[in-house]
Amino acid sequence: MRDYAWRLSKNFQGEILAVPGKAIAFFFLLFLFFVPVIISNPYILRILIFASIFAIYAASWDFLSGFTGQVNFGHAVFFGVGAYATALLNLKLGLPPAATIPLGALVAVLTGLIVGIPALRLRGHYLALVTLAFPIILTGIVLAFPNFTGGELGLYGISPLSDSRVLIYYIALIVMIASVLIMWKLTDAKSTFVRTGVILHAIREDEITARASGINTTKYKLLAFCVSGFFAGIAGGLSAHFLQIAGPSNLTLFFSFQPIIWTIFGGIATIYGPVTGVYILYPLMEILRGVIPQLRMLIFALILIVVLLFMPQGITTWFRDKIEVECPRCKLTNVATRQYCRACNAPLHLEQRLEQR
Amino acid sequence: MFANILINGAITAGIYALLALGFSLIFGVAKIINLAHTAFYMLAAYFIFTFAYFLGLSAPLSATASIIITTAIGVGTYKLVIERIREHETAVLMITIALALVFQESILLAFGSHFRSAPSFISGHVELLGVTVSIQHILTFGVVLVCLLGIWMLLSKTKLGIAIRAVAQDREIANLVGINVGTMCLITMAIAVALAAVAGAMVAPLWTIQPHMWMRPLVMVLAVVVLGGLGSLKGSFVAAFILGYTVTLVVFLFPTISFIKEAIALTIMVAVLLIRPEGLFGVAFEEERL
Repeated sequence: MRDYAWRLSKNFQGEILAVPGKAIAFFFLLFLFFVPVIISNPYILRILIFASIFAIYAASWDFLSGFTGQVNFGHAVFFGVGAYATALLNLKLGLPPAATIPLGALVAVLTGLIVGIPALRLRGHYLALVTLAFPIILTGIVLAFPNFTGGELGLYGISPLSDSRVLIYYIALIVMIASVLIMWKLTDAKSTFVRTGVILHAIREDEITARASGINTTKYKLLAFCVSGFFAGIAGGLSAHFLQIAGPSNLTLFFSFQPIIWTIFGGIATIYGPVTGVYILYPLMEILRGVIPQLRMLIFALILIVVLLFMPQGITTWFRDKIEVECPRCKLTNVATRQYCRACNAPLHLEQRLEQR
Repeated sequence: MFANILINGAITAGIYALLALGFSLIFGVAKIINLAHTAFYMLAAYFIFTFAYFLGLSAPLSATASIIITTAIGVGTYKLVIERIREHETAVLMITIALALVFQESILLAFGSHFRSAPSFISGHVELLGVTVSIQHILTFGVVLVCLLGIWMLLSKTKLGIAIRAVAQDREIANLVGINVGTMCLITMAIAVALAAVAGAMVAPLWTIQPHMWMRPLVMVLAVVVLGGLGSLKGSFVAAFILGYTVTLVVFLFPTISFIKEAIALTIMVAVLLIRPEGLFGVAFEEERL
């Protein structure tokens, strides 16, 4: 037992504290856990709860589009189906949130299959443009059956996640961390126990080669649709129970663009990129809403343009390359300030050293 | 009723065709999915409104001025913003959405969210197939047809058009035979934005002008382009007529569900793509199909 604890602490030092990117992520999450202790302002907690929910949503877009390359312009369809299914299960069958959210996410998985099967026949730009159609078609269905779906006003009176906002905050935070960790592990190309990461990368880079290597790409693309749909559905369910309303505003064109904006701002194909993007952009937007509401969207769009012009890889990738350096010999990640690799002692900045000489 | 559907459908389809043609051109030549395309259409409509009401210019003059200014803005944004990050495909998507938002918000700040309208170019009505049609409607359809014919002539008969098509087919080979690919992309962008501006100018007197007017046409344009086959101009034209008439039929025959007309048009698009994944006139390359 002590031996195990010792190994865990060694792993923690070597794998997390020594890698600046992971250390920042770790301390940021630790900070998030202590936020309700420091701040009890319900408005700030509300912003952070939404940031957690949208972080799941954005990361699920990155899982499907960033890693597998199946660019989805209609991601709101999963979020919306999750929200509506959760709301209907809660209102019509009276199930508690602990049951409705996973069931709603499973309905979103089913939607992932329905959307995924026709989408698999299409590739590249076609897929991107066709997926755009699905949330709009769903909006049409929602508006066409107002008795069942609440029409324009949506479904309201959904039971709350919990009476205490602090508890809701922790539920959202823990679900977010768990979902993001699962997605991050599933897409980790260096992982030794799940193969999906390397396969999804292969499909994005070159689908024909992946097929030639004996990978059933159709199966994995469908899997990506389902996993992504599942997590987006969870995000939708959480938001429905938190807001106590599920309406067609969850299906708008702009709501489909939101996860793409967050992900590309944060850094595509990283999973932590979209999370960072949400935690920077969403609170920023809310602050702007309070300070200068008329200029809010304009400032948002201008920030987006400037970031994309100067760091088209996204902000986390740009920042990571500044603070981390990969050892040229053993491929271990080091702090950029180190001269020699922490494991094999190879010089890290070879070109610079040669120039100095 | 029938004549109404025929005429309104033709105008809706014509506007979609103009917008989709420009979208398809810039996609085919520069491989840019320009989601700000219909934002230029919105800009052109607002410029006409400004020129006509605030500066008191005559309608044709303000239309010409607005088309020129919008095209200049389009070329400027291409040069300053889009071209710099053209290699990053997803970043281009985002930056064009951001540009559309910048345009929308600037217009909102300048004009507010009121519904506006522009003056007609010509007043008067004629009797056609038993219904009265304003000459403005006929003029709109005429301009659309002239523009489409002009683009077709440009692309098939002139040296410039052949160069543009060469770039669309194969950038590297086009570069090797001495075509300046960058300039061709710029010219295509100018043509595409000009087409969107013409569409905006033509609908300004017919439809309401408001800052969010670019969203719904954007969805329809994407549907038209995908249904017709990406990069196929003939496909865009045919698909514009299919979807334009679908939307008009829904509005006229089932007015109670006219608010879901886009959903119906998109369902048709998805249904067609299930049978023909490359769109109606798209070319299916072997290595593209899988």
